[in-house]
Amino acid sequence: MADKKNASENPLKINRRHFFSQLSVGIGSLALGSLLIPDLFKGNSPTLGAKPLGIPHFAPKAKRIIYLFQAGAPSQLETFDYKPTLIKRMGEDLPDSIRNGQRLTGMTSGQEKFPLMPSAAKFKQYGQSGAWISDFFPHMGKIADELCIINSMNTDAINHDPAITFFQTGTQQSGRPSMGSWLSYGLGNENQNLPSFVVLTSRGKGNSQGLYSKLWSSGFLDSKHQGVLMRSGKEPVLYLNDPDGLSRSDKRHLLDHVSSLNKMHHVETGDDEIESRIAQYEMAYRMQMSVPDVMDIKKEPESITKLYGEDVQVAGTFAANALRARRLAENGVRFIQLYHQGWDQHGNLPSEMAGQAKDVDQASAALILDLKQRGMLDDTLVIWGGEFGRTNFCQGKFDPKTFGRDHHPRAFSIWMAGGGIKPGITYGQTDEFGYNVVKNPVHMHDFHATLMHTMGIDHEQLTYKYQGRRFRLTDIAGNVINDILS
Amino acid sequence: MKQKVIIVLILIGLTSLIYATKKGLFGKANDSYSKLELPEVVDYNFHIKPILSDNCYTCHGPDANKRKAGLQLDIKEGLFGELPENPGKFSVVPNNTSKSTIYKHITSDNPDEIMPPPDSKLQLNSYEKKLIKKWISQGAPYEKHWAFIPPEKDELPQNNFKAWEQNEIDAFVLQKIEDNGLEPSKKAERNTLIRRISLDLTGLPPKPEHLEKLTNDLSNESIEKVIDEFFALPSYGERMAQSWLDVARYADSHGYQDDSYRTMWPWRDWVIHAFNKNLPYDDFLTWQLAGDLLPEATKEQILATGFNRNHPITQEGGVIQEEYRSYYVVDRTNTLGKGILGLTLECAKCHDHKYDALSQKNYFELYAFFNQVNEVGLRMDAVQAKNQKYFADAPFLKLSDELIENDLPFVKKRKGDTINVMIMNDSAPKATYVLNRGNYDDPTDEVKPNTPNVIYPFSEKLPKNRLGLANWVTDDNNPLTARVFVNRIWGLLFGEGLVVTAEDFGVQGSLPSHPELLDWLAKDFMENDWDIQYLLKKIMLSATYQQSSEATPKLKKADPENKLLARASRFRMSGEMIRDYVLTTSGLLNPEIGGPSVKPYQPPGLWEETNAGGGRGILTKYVQDEGDKLYRRSLYTLWKRTLPPPNMTIFDAPNRDLCEVRRQKTNTPLQALALQNDEQMLEAARVLAQQMVDKNQDSTQMLNDVFQRILVRKPDENELQTLKQYYLDATNIFKSNTENAEKLLAQGNYEKQNTDPVKTAALMLTAQVIYNLDETITKE
Repeated sequence: MADKKNASENPLKINRRHFFSQLSVGIGSLALGSLLIPDLFKGNSPTLGAKPLGIPHFAPKAKRIIYLFQAGAPSQLETFDYKPTLIKRMGEDLPDSIRNGQRLTGMTSGQEKFPLMPSAAKFKQYGQSGAWISDFFPHMGKIADELCIINSMNTDAINHDPAITFFQTGTQQSGRPSMGSWLSYGLGNENQNLPSFVVLTSRGKGNSQGLYSKLWSSGFLDSKHQGVLMRSGKEPVLYLNDPDGLSRSDKRHLLDHVSSLNKMHHVETGDDEIESRIAQYEMAYRMQMSVPDVMDIKKEPESITKLYGEDVQVAGTFAANALRARRLAENGVRFIQLYHQGWDQHGNLPSEMAGQAKDVDQASAALILDLKQRGMLDDTLVIWGGEFGRTNFCQGKFDPKTFGRDHHPRAFSIWMAGGGIKPGITYGQTDEFGYNVVKNPVHMHDFHATLMHTMGIDHEQLTYKYQGRRFRLTDIAGNVINDILS
Repeated sequence: MKQKVIIVLILIGLTSLIYATKKGLFGKANDSYSKLELPEVVDYNFHIKPILSDNCYTCHGPDANKRKAGLQLDIKEGLFGELPENPGKFSVVPNNTSKSTIYKHITSDNPDEIMPPPDSKLQLNSYEKKLIKKWISQGAPYEKHWAFIPPEKDELPQNNFKAWEQNEIDAFVLQKIEDNGLEPSKKAERNTLIRRISLDLTGLPPKPEHLEKLTNDLSNESIEKVIDEFFALPSYGERMAQSWLDVARYADSHGYQDDSYRTMWPWRDWVIHAFNKNLPYDDFLTWQLAGDLLPEATKEQILATGFNRNHPITQEGGVIQEEYRSYYVVDRTNTLGKGILGLTLECAKCHDHKYDALSQKNYFELYAFFNQVNEVGLRMDAVQAKNQKYFADAPFLKLSDELIENDLPFVKKRKGDTINVMIMNDSAPKATYVLNRGNYDDPTDEVKPNTPNVIYPFSEKLPKNRLGLANWVTDDNNPLTARVFVNRIWGLLFGEGLVVTAEDFGVQGSLPSHPELLDWLAKDFMENDWDIQYLLKKIMLSATYQQSSEATPKLKKADPENKLLARASRFRMSGEMIRDYVLTTSGLLNPEIGGPSVKPYQPPGLWEETNAGGGRGILTKYVQDEGDKLYRRSLYTLWKRTLPPPNMTIFDAPNRDLCEVRRQKTNTPLQALALQNDEQMLEAARVLAQQMVDKNQDSTQMLNDVFQRILVRKPDENELQTLKQYYLDATNIFKSNTENAEKLLAQGNYEKQNTDPVKTAALMLTAQVIYNLDETITKE
């Protein structure tokens, strides 16, 4: 019977390490482990396509995730958290009883007053569910009954870097694996031609904050689990394109000779890593076909491109990336991470947010509709949202046309839709000021636990032992939010 | 009737199946652990403690807050003393398994009694249970954690095949090989060996003159001469510096949100210089930890302290500076742990360590050493960043022309530039507190600078500052420092340390494969004044190091991971080494040493697509360098933390946000793509072809030469035939399409020569074939 505690870890790698750590070749005449149980040592790491960890732990509802990350943090008060009280109390100072010791960033901690500022957008109720959605997002309104809006998200960080790192890796400081890497590690790769974790980036005109490759890093996991940045333009994956003057058949010819020389050397050295190298070259050769193919949206019919809106024709836009995300999903990519930059509205919020919303509204809704009509929404989890919320009080000059909002960790809104999530509900509630969560809080760790649950993973069991400790995405916390599961 | 019989039979079958399952019969039958042979003598450190720490310490370990039933199994008193909640009973009673409650609990069938409890999701296997039983019945001998016992030199083992041994290292290695009924491998071939030594000592392939020096005489006298020649090359310092940059989390940018430029490269120049003058490791550490506090500190010693300012520093608008200042001190403390002491100190930041005997108080006592700097943090807005202010946070050393000329001639600064390098000082004395859960805004008890007693007590005579700390770190009685370094050097040469977890010598780290050898090397290193070149030479002159790396079927079967070292290791080079290798063999390498970092080829648009918006500093747009700056060694490539050079990260380079002591050696399709299509790779093949095609008329000779130049050996007959066939095919392809030949030859900025395009393009592709061989990027 397999050692249970190792079942949740890479059985080859960890057992081997673990095994030696216990048996050791260190002392006395103890025979080497591999002599005794050769099977334990056979072969290299699990190949792509294998599911190494005895996962899923239970039947998954979602097979893949498309995460539409809105980097910079869109305001909850201009998206999904409708607070009419702010209209009535416009300009009044935020009561201390509500702020309740919340620390402020250096950008507003010097402000003498914290005047409440109502939403720059009007709100309407949509669909049978009657979900409140701001006028910035009319297309999302039309699919309200597919969405599970969460208005009670909260985080610990008040600055972009730690907050976004927390979202992606489960902790505020760098060094841990990204969500997509955890899933790749836990579930393996579904296909032989594409990576299991893909990243697409776009940028709006709003005030933006940087992105960093650590957000899609595999941390201490094997780096084959790291996210692969697929860029718009002629070379979607770094170094994918062969040089001018080298035809596809010339390339094949070249690789065949590389292979045959490698095989000769394999015989000479006996090192099986060479076989693995040959296999990786073949995978690379296949990717040269499969990646441009999956990224090419020209093959999409007009009915589809229309759905995503005009921007879809412009490479590098959120709309184009959303459509590519669907194509990647169809081709077995497990975790597709989009980032749209430009949501950091410290000033000029009304105009900047209108622009940002226009970038993403139609295409986000289109993605849901598109997945649905293909029967893929049932097993694809789509998530939309940023890294924290924004203050209900004004940052900078008190002017309804040009005001800004500072960072706010205590409450913000995201939505989830599809695989395993209850459609047409709004979950969680903030106080009348939109400042504190008063009902059904969802902390970051809960969010991660829930996300993993939809993929059939018990977040407490997917662990990796590093520096002597079993790490997991949810650190030492996290509860699955059962109320939002379908 | 027949049906009834069948049903009854099925029922009987099912019942016995259920019974068998319940009794664990199937479990036993399939339990691979049950077949394992127990060691003759069970050792506490090597056999028992790993089981206890992995399974029991979470609740019965060093962390006082999480301890259950008052039971502490990581200390002797807890293991053998009376149970706090169960008077008259004992966890372990030597020689008496049935009175040892620990054994009762780990073998219990009762879910309320079994340990570890079911909800921990941990479980001992049958082998582990038997080990504990045997240990108790052998009298349950106990020892301090192995890594905290100062290393001593054991007597050398006497082996049968003594003739093979070249020095002490071999005696220890051979013992294990012989114990396992194996034999060591033959000596590596001359060219393989010289290539190996060259890569290990300079990070570059050997030059033809080195090959000539080492004739067929592979005696240690002649190998030693070659080693000395490599030590004398400036590229030695570059190679060693490269390995220190990951530990020191060196970068040319501040990291975090805006990630703008910083000028720490003079510190990097110092590291190269220090290795080249073979500064002993104890001084190397002392200067970096406390150079500023040395009596009459030189400017060089002060520059060395930049080590502790290499951590990321935020410039994000609106941060609470104290929160980040605390992160910086934490980073220094963790780097001391991981990079120098081989301990996961960071686990004790928020609570007592779960596995090692390190309390949260210990952690903040160490933190206190680094908490006296008058750093202010970078306060910068977009305009300031654009104006290129704030490359350095105080305190910093201003490098003027005069200072460079008089004190720091090895810093390759352009005349007229003023460069600020961040350094350490202790000019902002602060009280240090244990921070509850590690939170900067939740101080509890005050602590004074101190080191953990469990490692080695801090002498009363030492000053309670970083200088005292440096003395403690480099004291010959410190059980960790030398072991950790020796192990890392071993890992540099063999691909893996004797302790695989080079970052963790604590109880959860892996155990040394050759403990006596590790200790002998550590002790020997200290006895020889922490002389790094002495250590390298010692290892390289061993028969162990000089073996062939061929994995014979017998060795592969017996020891697939080469734990016994009955052959040399064969492993992929780092990204830096691969690029430098290609630059050297193609003749492109610009050997200039030091100076500001450079920007070689990088796929366009990468920085621009992810930056925080234009205008925030000079690193938002990648402006590629020109001329011979493109061909500097890879350690001079500008390191931007949020988007490090992709042709390095694809080969497992860390992003340098944190101290890292070992890299993975993965094998991925993205690496295959980079090796085929990185402009630098293509250009190198082109330039090499350009040179060779001119020199030779005879294609056999030409292919021989190209192969020899890249792989440092002659091709065998089959290899040569394959290359000739390929070259011929490629020539024919380009004969019918010279346009394609011209297009291919347009790769890279390096000057084109007026050679025959068809032949040159064909030879370029042939060189590309060789550059893409596993052997080329592997140290054999």
